[in-house]
Amino acid sequence: MSIWKKHEVFEKHSLVLVIGILVVVAIGGLVEIAPLFYLKSTIEKVEGMRPYTPLELAGRNVYIREGCYLCHSQMVRPMRDELERYGHFSLAAESMYDHPFQWGSKRTGPDLARVGGKYSDEWHRDHLVNPRSVVPASIMPGYPFLLEAKLETRGIEDHLTANAIVGVPYSEDMIASARADMLAQANPDGDDVDAFLERYPNAIVRDFDGNPRDVTEMDALVAYLQMLGTLVDFSIYDNKANLR
Amino acid sequence: MAQTKAKYLTLEEGFFAVFLIVIAFVCLIIAGKTYDQVMAFHTAIGSLFAAGGAFIIFKNYFNDGGLAIPQEIDGKPNYNLGPIKFGAWAAVFWGIAGFTVGLIIALQLAYPVLNFDLPWTSFGRLRPLHTSAVIFAFGGNVLLATSFYVVQRTSRARMPGRIAPWFVILGYNAFIVIAGTGYLLGATQSKEYAEPEWYADLWLTIVWVAYLLVFLGTLWKRKEPHIYVANWFYLAFIVTIAMLHITNNLTVPVSIYGTKSYIVWAGVQDAMVQWWYGHNAVGFFLTAGFLAIMYYFVPKRAERPVYSYRLSIVHFWALIFLYIWAGPHHLHYTALPQWASTLGATFSIILWMPSWGGMINGLMTLSGAWDKLRTDPVLRMMVVSIAFYGMSTFEGPLMSLRSVNSLSHYTDWTIGHVHSGALGWVGYISFGALYCLIPWLWNKKQVYSLKLVNWHFWISTIGIVLYICAMWVSGIMQGLMWRAYDQLGFLEYSFIETVEAMHPFYVIRALGGALFVVGALIMAYNLWMTVRHGEAEEADTVGAGAMAPAE
Amino acid sequence: MNEAYNSVASFAQTWGLVYFVVLFAVVLAYALWPKNRSRFDEAAHIPLRED
Repeated sequence: MSIWKKHEVFEKHSLVLVIGILVVVAIGGLVEIAPLFYLKSTIEKVEGMRPYTPLELAGRNVYIREGCYLCHSQMVRPMRDELERYGHFSLAAESMYDHPFQWGSKRTGPDLARVGGKYSDEWHRDHLVNPRSVVPASIMPGYPFLLEAKLETRGIEDHLTANAIVGVPYSEDMIASARADMLAQANPDGDDVDAFLERYPNAIVRDFDGNPRDVTEMDALVAYLQMLGTLVDFSIYDNKANLR
Repeated sequence: MAQTKAKYLTLEEGFFAVFLIVIAFVCLIIAGKTYDQVMAFHTAIGSLFAAGGAFIIFKNYFNDGGLAIPQEIDGKPNYNLGPIKFGAWAAVFWGIAGFTVGLIIALQLAYPVLNFDLPWTSFGRLRPLHTSAVIFAFGGNVLLATSFYVVQRTSRARMPGRIAPWFVILGYNAFIVIAGTGYLLGATQSKEYAEPEWYADLWLTIVWVAYLLVFLGTLWKRKEPHIYVANWFYLAFIVTIAMLHITNNLTVPVSIYGTKSYIVWAGVQDAMVQWWYGHNAVGFFLTAGFLAIMYYFVPKRAERPVYSYRLSIVHFWALIFLYIWAGPHHLHYTALPQWASTLGATFSIILWMPSWGGMINGLMTLSGAWDKLRTDPVLRMMVVSIAFYGMSTFEGPLMSLRSVNSLSHYTDWTIGHVHSGALGWVGYISFGALYCLIPWLWNKKQVYSLKLVNWHFWISTIGIVLYICAMWVSGIMQGLMWRAYDQLGFLEYSFIETVEAMHPFYVIRALGGALFVVGALIMAYNLWMTVRHGEAEEADTVGAGAMAPAE
Repeated sequence: MNEAYNSVASFAQTWGLVYFVVLFAVVLAYALWPKNRSRFDEAAHIPLRED
């Protein structure tokens, strides 16, 4: 009776109803999300992980722009067939510098988490320009325009700065030389290569699009694809530490 | 009734006018300074829209000299129907646009040459256009229009404000235009169902706050002592979507002169936040909002109260409590800790109960009036939508199980599941609501032709069945092919062989989609003719004739 | 590593369950309380009573 009069507040006072709804829905999210910021396996750095180079970051942005994630996942699950098909299962640490994550939800095409180094630059180029020239049954769209599109180099420092604000460890040196680094990675004969490799050890320096005159969006995208899943050296990685 | 002329703009008009003028100037400055062409295009549109809005406010003021709008006419509430009419037709328009884009991308998967190898026609840019157009443009306008209608009628009060309701509906559609053109031009956050970039998100936040205030304002003005349960669901939808939208779109723009931004969440956290958002976009946008439609339109059309109001209360609290936990079931076997995805799956299973409670409540509302299903195709459409709701809320928990998910995840099974909910539940309950709403808004007795409603129903039902079955088969088949081993212990199929095997099902799916589009076109014609040539409400002709028997 | 995590997790598993059961019981009792029946019947007729 009288206590139920109190519940009448929900029916009669809309603001109380709003607060009731908020309390009920907020708890679920908090319990699931908040612990992730404390859990070791989700925030621990693994040997080999480094931030994306400016060229890779630009390539990643092309990947995002063209909606590649809608057909390609980047998350190898720990199942026998996936390990055989794609390689070692994905670690949480491997996407620690990803803003946003690109795990995807659909495999209309194969997983790309470990595509780096599996195919040559030429293959990627031909495949992106006309997928059916190398995989006749492919249903992927062609992206010939990437070869023509000169990479936007203006403002790349701001991209690194924005990433640094959200927690990616880009140093001031990296930010200041972002533009030079971007061009250096696609130009193996240039003078800035050594300085670039000092900042990003083990990064691949190649003319990814086969066109030495220009740095194109194709350069950036192929640079990104060729480093995917290659940062952690699984021959020395301690498998047991993060088994789930 | 004597009406007083206001000497000045009202506070509300003044506020919106100033706000829009500021927006117009800010947009203009950004458009002038940016080298990002997408940003220049969007700020130019924004500037035009905002300046146009401000102009209309002044024009209206000078036209009628600021006449106050009566809250009641002849003792009856003077409901504000203009924004609802706009929203209803916007829903029809965006629905057809969204379904058509869906058909195009379905055909692209069957015949990749249709991508034309151009940036703005490729699958990757059109798919977000499809999902946003159907969920946010079609679904969103249905929700805005019906919620404005339902909250006014069940409160027996006019919506507050003169500009605010229009600001909400026009501002929301401006968001749709910005988001949609953005995808085509390559501006995307790449977070599924949250693709619009930071500036569109910011605009939507403003519109959403105005929406909440208009909705609450109507409740505050109500003459009814109780808040009808449909409004609870609408309120949960509005409040929760606001929370989800803000959390999932916390980004740092690279520059205010550019479209690109970086989300504050990284990797695993971002995945968790994204699917917490993504699943609850389903739970609170596509479920709670449309359940509100069910709780008003089904009783109204069946002319009997909801089966059990008590059940509806339990349904409400259980649904909103449980749904919010279910998100991590999208991340089984990923780098997300297992406890989180197991927790998500557990709650997904429990969620089955309130979902079916709601389904039973909707269906049983017809108890004693089942005969109406034979004569009223609109009611039949809504009842079938509830049946689809039951089906997809049964399938969902099943797919959230770890073992089932290991097979179904990444395959077309997910696509089939989503579409049984989207086409069957959301689509049909929306069509049912539009078939009710348009005649009510234009004071017509009935839709122009119940026979055409019948055609719409059967054509799109065949379309849905083709679609879902094709996706079940292709999804399960591809999942099994991926994990098939030959006698020597090697993987039996290369990836591309599994893609080739999908082709016939992609063709069938596209056919199903085409039928769904045809159905929607029939609806658009029927609704248009209702407005133009429908029988007026008062006209007393042989009314029974309108209730033509099915077929 | 996991002290914060463990305490959050165990809190969720114990008090979360209690919270969930209590909330459900309260809602159920409220919905089924005999005295509320007439109010609910009245509310259920709101959509049908309009002008």
